[in-house]
Amino acid sequence: MRRAPLSVERNELVHHVIVGAGPAGVTAAETIRELEPEAAITLVGDEPEAPYSRMAIPYLLIGKIGEEGTWLRKGPNHYERLGITLMPGRRMTGLDPVARRIGLEGGETLAYDRLLLALGARPLRPAIEGLDLPGVHTCWTLADARQIAAGAVPGSHVVLMGAGFVGTIVLEALALRQVSLTVVEMGDRMVPRMMDEVAGGMLKRWCEAKGVKVLTGTSIRRIAKALVPAAEARDSLVVELSDGSILPAHVVVVSAGVRSNTESVAASGIGLGNGILVDDHMRTSLPDVYAAGDVAQGRDFMSGEAHVHAIQITAAAHGRIAAYNMTGRDQAYHGSLNMNVLDTLGLITCSFGSWQGNGGDCARLVDQTGFRYLRLEFDGTGDVVIGAQAVGTTDHVGALRGLIQSKRRLGTAVKEQLMADPTRFMAGFVQTLHR
Amino acid sequence: MQKSLLIQPVKCTGCRQCEMACSFEKERSFNPSRSRIRVFDIHSEARFVPYTCTQCAQAWCLQACPVDAIKIDAATKAKVVNDNLCVGCKVCTIACPFGTINYVADSGKVAKCDLCGGDPACAKACPTGAITYVDAEQTGYDKMRAWAVKTDTQSHTHA
Repeated sequence: MRRAPLSVERNELVHHVIVGAGPAGVTAAETIRELEPEAAITLVGDEPEAPYSRMAIPYLLIGKIGEEGTWLRKGPNHYERLGITLMPGRRMTGLDPVARRIGLEGGETLAYDRLLLALGARPLRPAIEGLDLPGVHTCWTLADARQIAAGAVPGSHVVLMGAGFVGTIVLEALALRQVSLTVVEMGDRMVPRMMDEVAGGMLKRWCEAKGVKVLTGTSIRRIAKALVPAAEARDSLVVELSDGSILPAHVVVVSAGVRSNTESVAASGIGLGNGILVDDHMRTSLPDVYAAGDVAQGRDFMSGEAHVHAIQITAAAHGRIAAYNMTGRDQAYHGSLNMNVLDTLGLITCSFGSWQGNGGDCARLVDQTGFRYLRLEFDGTGDVVIGAQAVGTTDHVGALRGLIQSKRRLGTAVKEQLMADPTRFMAGFVQTLHR
Repeated sequence: MQKSLLIQPVKCTGCRQCEMACSFEKERSFNPSRSRIRVFDIHSEARFVPYTCTQCAQAWCLQACPVDAIKIDAATKAKVVNDNLCVGCKVCTIACPFGTINYVADSGKVAKCDLCGGDPACAKACPTGAITYVDAEQTGYDKMRAWAVKTDTQSHTHA
């Protein structure tokens, strides 16, 4: 393994500063420790809690776990034991790449030898009147979750703006809290960036059968305070929709997408796109500055282009790759594969890679009454799977990733079997593994 | 000595005793659909392939878990799901490129092969020696692991 020369004095400890205590930052800190037992590692987070997983928030909202259950790491004194200095509740305000230091809220500065920007993302707040009224929340942080939990009591009217991936996860948590829920989605279907019309349509029918009102092709025009006492006194808000109709609401949850947190580094001269641009070594345009996770716009496995994939699996992989390169090892990343899995009131859906396909062969199984759907997309007329979607199937779905990411050639016979019956994807996969 | 499961599909007759043994050991029911090892029937080639987790070095499931619910057992090196910590988010089920960690709706958690703590029931039940638990050096998983490298977006684990 090649080792790049370190730019600091031989006997001086390298100080790795990691900003962002989500999965990318925590994974990077732990990996650096594995690789460099002596290095100094500081992990800065802008929230007061122990590093936690946003993905676990829906399970907190339904009472399946307590706040400790959301923590990314569970061992007692985990960070202390690894010699990782945690600095929670500190927001980064700026980056000076010449002086090699970052600024923190309150005027403090922190010098680094290597810097990892794992700044994450935050929910978009569309320019809609009334979005700052009390009772309107995003669902992103533990602080948000506490407020939603306080307001979304059984029977209360809740309006959810957005049925994208995150919105649909929140949907399940709200529905299980037994609120009276209406979901308002601008797109023509639920999860439009994760699944096609067939899957989105099934998901909508499923939700409606479970008592959730789903309005697609509809947007929220404005939110206002209820002027006249509503039928239910706790409905302090009115939500006006694009079709002119009005929904009374006690709580409005906004889930209109996320964007990378790049503001604090915007003045540093760092290369930016939708996120912080990184190469296949997670290096930014600034020397000794790396980026990972939701803030990083890096190599996409399918296209080779730079994309932001704000998903857990990518965050953890970015964190590991960054750690290897920050400690002088030359480690290239093959790129992240976009993939998601959702459980919506018991209907489990997932998608992988180029699920829309590239106009090539497509194997489909559609069972509208049984809420089952499987779609495999092949690369042109070839025998390599490039994308997949599944509704109502959970067994062995990881093999869909395996098929796509290994670019495995199935051969004509196996491809024909899958074209005739895509549910045999696992048997086909096993068959090609043990040829 | 580190041991691992050695699976030799050529010796498999498709009797599914392994599935019965696994489901009984792990779920206390004779229900092959709950087994963590599955026998695939490759009809076009008239053969059977038993298939389960290889306890791969990349540990995709463990890397992907957002709540620290998967750990490596110190003795067997198996990747083991801690049911008390698993929230059932299923991210590991899409992250594992072998498809060998699965969601179980009844429990609301995921399940995978944990090598039965070092005494795997499938190997004991296999009447033809298609599944054995042997010195890791001898196992045919090398081939699958070699394949895994190609899938590996974190190839440093092999560096």
